[in-house]
Amino acid sequence: MRTEPQPGSMSGSTNVTTELKSPRSIVWARRRASLADFWRLYRRQRAGMVGLAILVVITLLTVLAPWYTDESELNAANAPGGRMESPSTEFWFGTDQIGRPILTMVIWGARVSLQVGLVAAVLAVTLGTVIGMAAAHFGGWISWALMRLTDWFIVLPSLVLAIALVIALGPSKLTIIIAIALTSWAGTARLVRAQTMAIEGRPYLERARALGAGNWHQMTRHVLPNLMPLVLASATLQVSSAILAEASLSFLGLGDPSAFSWGGILERAFDAGAISAGAWWYMLPPGLAILLVVLAFTLCGRAMEVVLNPRLRGNQ
Amino acid sequence: MGNLSTTPPSVSPSGGAGGGDDAGYSAGTTPPGGVHRSAARRELWRFLAGRVSGAVVSMLLVLLSAFFIFRVIGGDPVRAVGGDSPMTPEQRAEIEERLGLNEPLRVQFWEYVKDVFTLDWGQSYVSSAQVTDLMWDRLPNTLLLTGTALILAAGLGVWIGARAGWRQGSTFEKTQVGISLTLWSAPTFWLGMIVIIVFSVRLDLFPVNGMRSARGGDQDFLPDLLDVAHHLVLPACTMAAVIYAQYVLIMRSSILEERGNDYLTVAKAKGLRDDVVRRRHAVPNALLPTVTLIALQFGAIFNGALLTETIFSWPGLGLLFYQAIKIPDIPLLQVLFIFFAGTTILANMLADIIYRFLDPRVRRSA
Amino acid sequence: MTPVLEIDDLRITYRGSRGEVPAVRGISMSLEPGDTLGLAGESGCGKSTVAGAILRLLPRETQVTGRIVLDGDDVLTMSFGKLRAVRWAGASIVFQGAMHSLNPVHRIARQIAEPIVLHEGLSSDAAEKRAVELMAQVGLPAWRASSYPHQLSGGQRQRVMIAMALACSPQLIIADEATTALDVMIQAQVLALIKRLVAERNIALVMISHDLSVLADTCDRLAVMYAGKLVEDGPSHEVFAAARHPYAQALSAAFPTVGDPAERRNPHGLAGDPPDPSNLPTGCSFHPRCPVVRDDCASTSVELRRARDDWRAACLRVEEVA
Repeated sequence: MRTEPQPGSMSGSTNVTTELKSPRSIVWARRRASLADFWRLYRRQRAGMVGLAILVVITLLTVLAPWYTDESELNAANAPGGRMESPSTEFWFGTDQIGRPILTMVIWGARVSLQVGLVAAVLAVTLGTVIGMAAAHFGGWISWALMRLTDWFIVLPSLVLAIALVIALGPSKLTIIIAIALTSWAGTARLVRAQTMAIEGRPYLERARALGAGNWHQMTRHVLPNLMPLVLASATLQVSSAILAEASLSFLGLGDPSAFSWGGILERAFDAGAISAGAWWYMLPPGLAILLVVLAFTLCGRAMEVVLNPRLRGNQ
Repeated sequence: MGNLSTTPPSVSPSGGAGGGDDAGYSAGTTPPGGVHRSAARRELWRFLAGRVSGAVVSMLLVLLSAFFIFRVIGGDPVRAVGGDSPMTPEQRAEIEERLGLNEPLRVQFWEYVKDVFTLDWGQSYVSSAQVTDLMWDRLPNTLLLTGTALILAAGLGVWIGARAGWRQGSTFEKTQVGISLTLWSAPTFWLGMIVIIVFSVRLDLFPVNGMRSARGGDQDFLPDLLDVAHHLVLPACTMAAVIYAQYVLIMRSSILEERGNDYLTVAKAKGLRDDVVRRRHAVPNALLPTVTLIALQFGAIFNGALLTETIFSWPGLGLLFYQAIKIPDIPLLQVLFIFFAGTTILANMLADIIYRFLDPRVRRSA
Repeated sequence: MTPVLEIDDLRITYRGSRGEVPAVRGISMSLEPGDTLGLAGESGCGKSTVAGAILRLLPRETQVTGRIVLDGDDVLTMSFGKLRAVRWAGASIVFQGAMHSLNPVHRIARQIAEPIVLHEGLSSDAAEKRAVELMAQVGLPAWRASSYPHQLSGGQRQRVMIAMALACSPQLIIADEATTALDVMIQAQVLALIKRLVAERNIALVMISHDLSVLADTCDRLAVMYAGKLVEDGPSHEVFAAARHPYAQALSAAFPTVGDPAERRNPHGLAGDPPDPSNLPTGCSFHPRCPVVRDDCASTSVELRRARDDWRAACLRVEEVA
């Protein structure tokens, strides 16, 4: 195969500074076009659009919380209601055992749950991507060791491991994030490894290697851009599991004691005997919030996967 | 469920499948002679040795991480024992002496390894009972709960998943996928809370929690059995719900993968009924990747057991773990951690080996 | 003699996400016991769709009109129960790509025996005994009965498919690209096997391929399809040597005469791509690619015309061409 020598192609980038702009702008134009393409296909996924809509609404509700709720109601001293009041026009979802309105708690709890979920997912996917790429690229015993480690993390009961880590490090928001990230990167690593190996077999990477491109250049310029869509879809799905994990850890009493999260609210409900009191209003809102957000992220992630993998579109 | 990093319900089934590593085998055209057979046997032994040694290495890694997590960075065990009340240096030294904490780390690790292999896993900080005794007491209860939930979830999940995948695009498929995704998205413990409020508190159909009624212990065998079964219904269904959702999604994807294959058209052309084509031809092929994926999710079952037992006060290992977290009771946590991890490693190893005997594409010619 | 298969004005339309796509647009043909017909054409011309329609194997939403009479009964209108009884017992199919046509987790004897158990009510032991006999007839040793498909070579798998097709002694066998994936030597063996078995049992054969030379070798009659229609139908050697329709000519000319220097310097081929079935040209759908196109080709819809008693072609210039 013959390739035309192009000005500003990656090997000659040092001597053609003036023309650097044009190939780069071509790259950007191409990325914009493929992004538009992605969006056009994504829009046809009805479930994915529903998920996206849910996420937009929840994000707005969370961000705008200070303007339509009163945070000071969450302070035990200022609790406006009575003890475990059932829903009324004043408190739509009743109050907790010291009279704080459940609805306000759930709205403010979204901050912690989403924050922890998003940050932990990003960390986990980053870690998984780096390890997966390394395992695919270097081969030999490094690859072997990394894959054994990955398998080990995939197999282990992740919640149990995360609990152990949080206990060891002491409960706080940061430890929870670290524990979740450390116990959930392995799936992404395996996925990324397989995809990287597929990409590295493509002719343009052979060309780049033949032209003397180093490991770093190959990875950042050629492999990573091609991995990005897959990694993003994986990250979206990962947010779902991270939010569920945060809820579980908080429910088990390992959350940040000073902050409200959805799992933490459920823990308080459980400890306060809301079940035997039949106080469904105490448990329904936070649980539904978790369910809705997790479902929304899952729907988005699945829709992205379908867009990226035409084989899954069905009815070919 | 507390499905930390259980495979999120992704659409593509290609995420897992470790069993395929050795699949690149195709036999020659020679009849099975003696040479062929002994080569096959040697291959099999090599495979078994590989899997077993892999499991052993994983197990060592578990022991090592258990030591480091719980002994080295695991906070201050003395405070865990003595509680938050102030204590004199003498009291402190006495507790340290009792727990062997005044030895150098190297010695502690050696003692730890020795204890692990002699099954002397120490005393609980709190009850001062042997942790192993506590564990063996609770183990049957956990087996009962998880076993019931697993059978329920696997049977129903594979069945519904196969039907859903077979009729891609139908209302049935869309409904089942919707239900499964919703169940997957619900936290196990919350599902349990709601189930208790509805079926125990409001409708009064099932007991709120526990495994036996108060007078349970004195009953004869049959009433006792019925009592336990009565208590088992809600927790088993709650735990099964989330696992079920995963199995539906996995099985559906596997069937979708098979659907384009010509052998299904051949089966149809032979004059077989549609449901026979599905049961006899599609399902056995789709089950093989499902087995691998399900094996990878054994760990998630313990996650579910932990949360379910907590909510329902089911006296199993999960509840024991929860109670140990609250204290925190380090020796107990450590043992349970090793037990949970070890069981999943063992289960995965067995699943790998069984897979090899199930799939003729991987198996040597007999 | 009554025909084994009679197809009358068969029209098949796929309904997909892009609307309705006509795949077969009015095909008629008839086969008597022992007849062998080769059906040729480019990929996408609808030849495999015809094969699928004969046993009603197409997706449920596909629209099929016309008549397909198999041994006296119209396949398109029969009940599902009757249809299942006719499948394989009345007509069987040897599919393309034998690798994926066999179930990877069942032993091959079981797969051959499956239709025997179903249609003849034999016990599975008796049926597997029959399967071993059938395997012997296609040249497979008995010990292969307990093998799995992945343990067989491509040619062996195709033999299994043939044995399976013979299992219920059908009157018609449809071979859909049955030898395409095989290398040339094996292909010749398998073709000879099919030819012999079909002749011995007086079975009618419809053989589908894009390879005209294979069909000319195996079949007595040759039909060429283009864009869902038959464009030529005649005695195979004559069609192969001197087709009347310019498309059929181009197809047979695509096989160079080995050793002819003129052909080496000036290879024949057909310009352009096969037409988009959802947007076919007007008139004769071949006219945009036709080397001998005439003014009225774009406006006149051309049906098969008699070129000779046993030879038809769908071209306005059927008398002059050739």
